[in-house]
Amino acid sequence: MSYEPKIIGFTCNWCTYAAADLAGIWRMQYPSNIRLIRVMCSGMVHPRMVTEAFSLGADGVMVMG
Amino acid sequence: MANIRNQDSWVHSGEPEQATRKAMDLVRMAVSKVGLLNPLPEIVVGVQQSALVIGGGPSGMTTALELADHGFPVHLVERSNLLGGQARFLYNTWKGEPIGPALQEMDARVRSHPLITLHMESTVTDAEGFVGNFKSTIQSPRGPQAVDHGVTVIATGGKGYTPTEYGYGTADRVYTSIEFDKLTMMGDRRINDAKTFVFIQCVGSRELGRMYCSRVCCTHSVQAAVQLKEQDPTREIFILYRDLRTYGEREELFKKAREKGVVFINYELHGKPRVTQLDPRQLEVVVWDHILHEPLRIVADAVVLATAIVPSSANADLARIYKLSTDADGFLLEAHAKLRPVDFAGDGLFMAGLAHYPKSVDEAVAQAKAAAGRAITVLSSDRIGLESTKATPVLANCDGCALCLDVCPYHAISLVEEATAEGSRSSHIQVNVAQCKGCGMCQATCPKDGVYVAGFSMEQITAQVKAALAL
Ligand SMILES: Cc1cc2nc3c(=O)[nH]c(=O)nc-3n(C[C@H](O)[C@H](O)[C@H](O)COP(=O)(O)OP(=O)(O)OC[C@H]3O[C@@H](n4cnc5c(N)ncnc54)[C@H](O)[C@@H]3O)c2cc1C
Repeated sequence: MSYEPKIIGFTCNWCTYAAADLAGIWRMQYPSNIRLIRVMCSGMVHPRMVTEAFSLGADGVMVMG
Repeated sequence: MANIRNQDSWVHSGEPEQATRKAMDLVRMAVSKVGLLNPLPEIVVGVQQSALVIGGGPSGMTTALELADHGFPVHLVERSNLLGGQARFLYNTWKGEPIGPALQEMDARVRSHPLITLHMESTVTDAEGFVGNFKSTIQSPRGPQAVDHGVTVIATGGKGYTPTEYGYGTADRVYTSIEFDKLTMMGDRRINDAKTFVFIQCVGSRELGRMYCSRVCCTHSVQAAVQLKEQDPTREIFILYRDLRTYGEREELFKKAREKGVVFINYELHGKPRVTQLDPRQLEVVVWDHILHEPLRIVADAVVLATAIVPSSANADLARIYKLSTDADGFLLEAHAKLRPVDFAGDGLFMAGLAHYPKSVDEAVAQAKAAAGRAITVLSSDRIGLESTKATPVLANCDGCALCLDVCPYHAISLVEEATAEGSRSSHIQVNVAQCKGCGMCQATCPKDGVYVAGFSMEQITAQVKAALAL
């Protein structure tokens, strides 16, 4: 079986999350192995959330805002 | 919400199986979060039932009059010494209604309305607050003045692009459409006596740097062509266009122009027309005719450039002051093009007119009325409920270390001291919910889990991560 990394993306409610919606409206295509979690600001993402995601088995974490 | 449309089915339409798996994950993530939600208290604040309108063009004047006619006091701020904005340079609407007299009437009504306070030669330099409770500083020649208001409407308009091609500024008898209108209104002989006119469309629009359509220019040129033909049917008129956008009922003008013998020639970006001065009274325009398959040479008495509309430089300043969004071209950006077309993303902030996107006077006025209508939904009550997504202290964990005070961008957190039962003093944080925007910088900074944003607690996010990883 081929390796499929699991990516967690923290997305800011005001920009990245809205941009991800817009990407949909424009029918842009991107790999389906990312799971987006909406936060109120990328500044809300506690360092512990990132390390925790890794320790729970995520292969990559993106903090976007 | 499990966002399985925009963020799943639409972006992975080529991989239905993976998309379905992702959808299942997204639903599981949402459910895991919902299970940890707590009821949030409703937050209610008072509303200052008055408005601030920035920009005294047709849009700003219309919004101010609508609000004042509904009984709400309005501060109208205009940067220049005249009301009317760009519309002062226009002659007719596309329906042929004269713009000048309508502007004069608006101007008089604004100046005499008991509920409108006019601030001429003034700008807004600073603002604070939130929906229902803004405080803005208006800088006038007499000095700064602070005003309280419940809503803010931005109607700062736009301006014409100054062309750098087609001989503009170097050749005689090459005009922008605004200059053409002015000369026409004054009965200038350079227009009155001219026989052959060439209109060039999309000057500065729909090319690199300004990819947008300026919307009013096709109708303006076609309408001007019809008028020129009506005055003198022997005139020869050419409109060189890329795509003709006389949308909606404006199509009638296009039909009329065709009937009257106005010649429409399509050109493409890679083969723009060339303009050269023959003598002080005549110009040569050469354009590739895609039907004849050869260059067409026109000797013209006047060349009119349908120039792009560009946003006011004020948009960037106001965006900073009121934390507004602008698009890549510098126009104001609405919260949602279809669902909230005159609202900014921030509450209590609205927009109207040219500042938002190029549009004709009638469309600007319609939008200004819409902005007034939306503003009234806030002003009509003396109280308003706010979002409940706010920073929430956890007093059991907070030891008053105050790290979060420094990172809060809204100065919403303060420290309170209390005497404990044992007689010593303890301190902890307190959040001003009206100022807090729920960004959670405090949450990310706190080393002790002493504060979280309602609806985005660490437990909730951890639960989502676990669900995402199918744990
Ligand atoms: C080149 C050009 C050609 C046009 N041609 C046509 C046409 O043929 N037909 C048609 O229907 N429409 C045309 N329009 C559009 C028309 O001018 C507008 O729809 C109309 O003027 C309504 O605009 P407004 O009130 O939103 O903005 P404006 O008319 O631009 O007024 C904005 C006002 O805000 C003021 N202002 C700006 N910044 C600040 C600030 N920071 N603080 C305070 N005040 C500020 C300005 O001084 C101005 O008075 C044209 C526009 C341009 C630029």
